[in-house]
Amino acid sequence: MRLANRDGTKRLHPWPVRVMHWVNAIAVIMMVGSGWRIYDNDPIFTQINFPVPVTLGGLPSLAYHLHGDGGFSNALLWHFTFMWLLVLNGVGYVAYGLITGRFRRMWWPIRPREVVAAVIDALHLKLDHEDVTTYNAVQKAMYVGVLTALIVIVAAGAAIWKPVQLHWLVALFGGFQGARLVHFLAMVAIVAFMTIHVILALLVPRTIKAMVFGGPRVPASQPTAHLMAGE
Amino acid sequence: MVRRRPTSLFRPLGGVDQRVLKRQSQLVTQLNRRGVLRGAVSLGALTMLTGCDISDDEQVRGALEAVSALNNKVQAALFDPNKLAPTYAVDQVLKPPRYNAYYPVDKVRPIDLTTWQLAVTGLVQDQRPWRPADFATMPQREDIIRHVCVEGWDYIGQWSGVPLRAFLEKVGADLTARYVGFKCFDGYTSSIDMAAALHPQTLLATHYAGEPLGDPFGAPVRLRTAIKLGYKNPKWITEILVSNTWRNGYWEDRGYNWFGGI
Repeated sequence: MRLANRDGTKRLHPWPVRVMHWVNAIAVIMMVGSGWRIYDNDPIFTQINFPVPVTLGGLPSLAYHLHGDGGFSNALLWHFTFMWLLVLNGVGYVAYGLITGRFRRMWWPIRPREVVAAVIDALHLKLDHEDVTTYNAVQKAMYVGVLTALIVIVAAGAAIWKPVQLHWLVALFGGFQGARLVHFLAMVAIVAFMTIHVILALLVPRTIKAMVFGGPRVPASQPTAHLMAGE
Repeated sequence: MVRRRPTSLFRPLGGVDQRVLKRQSQLVTQLNRRGVLRGAVSLGALTMLTGCDISDDEQVRGALEAVSALNNKVQAALFDPNKLAPTYAVDQVLKPPRYNAYYPVDKVRPIDLTTWQLAVTGLVQDQRPWRPADFATMPQREDIIRHVCVEGWDYIGQWSGVPLRAFLEKVGADLTARYVGFKCFDGYTSSIDMAAALHPQTLLATHYAGEPLGDPFGAPVRLRTAIKLGYKNPKWITEILVSNTWRNGYWEDRGYNWFGGI
């Protein structure tokens, strides 16, 4: 796997990053859609329900006609299928980010003062998007935040799935309903991130193009170059 | 690779059953061929068109059920038959327990205890039916455990009765058989793996919080296991069947995961 060119440059988003990004997008959408249908069966907050059309699980009347269940089992089947895609892809992504140094290079350091300054700039619509190769402090915080939310949602999901085999994990979340609440709140964080992420990407379409085709060539900086060259 | 370690007291000697997967092998084949392609194409359409839901496409559903069959195996591998589920204090017990069935509580038909009997069939030496009073002659066990419903709700319940393991030993069941199946007065069915049946916290429950089970909660005898989701706990049991033939169940037929372990 050679990601760096002979001239010592590589794409801003090497192909593994792009593949894992879009696989993750699909997995998250499927997990959220099916999760909403599952949630509706026993809402945590009685005033919060997800309308059937935005959930994944089929038309209730058709589903009931076909297999005697109004789509809840469809949602469960989706959820417990795409969890594998989400987790396996996520493990690959985190391993890649750590091993190649991408996380450190792209997301670090995050300085609180810079985050505040960037937020103030953003509120004044003054954020500079000319250079897509570096992230501002808010972007860094958002990416680290959503990755954290994804790790938390998987951990809480595991606790809900296996509350006996993993009862220490349930205890960590303050009980079974605590794990459900954390699972829900992490979903809210992820959906909020995705909403902002998609809006901003549409405002600066070059970022979308970069995540599809790889973006501009950047110096294959340390320690990436060593690892990628197989040294 | 889910052949179990032979070190446990509670594991069946025969290892984990391959038949569930064999039975689903056709589905797995479909998954490999058309399923993935169709699924991928449909998925693309789905993510673009909210409201266009492919869940009930026969091929998609078949592929999802194939993954569910694989999840049975993963769960069997994750299951530790020596691990006891957490137990709770008496003052945490919900009284009465939460009613749940595939119909509302006013449709519950009371059982006539004078004529009720439990059939014991399949790979057992003693096929004599059991009467309610027979359970009182057996060793008793009480567990204060969490009931976890697949929908997401839960409660702490105080269940007592005869360990299913003791019952199976008493009737001379083949403990190396794969499955223990249940048929119920209301037509409900379910089945569990033998490893789960032999777990110490799997009871044929006759009492809740020290009182005989009420009509809505499965009187006179129901299954209550700490290691499975709620729908794997059949109520109003009228037949227990020990078998090597895999059978699905009421909700499992409708797409719920068969293993249902927690």
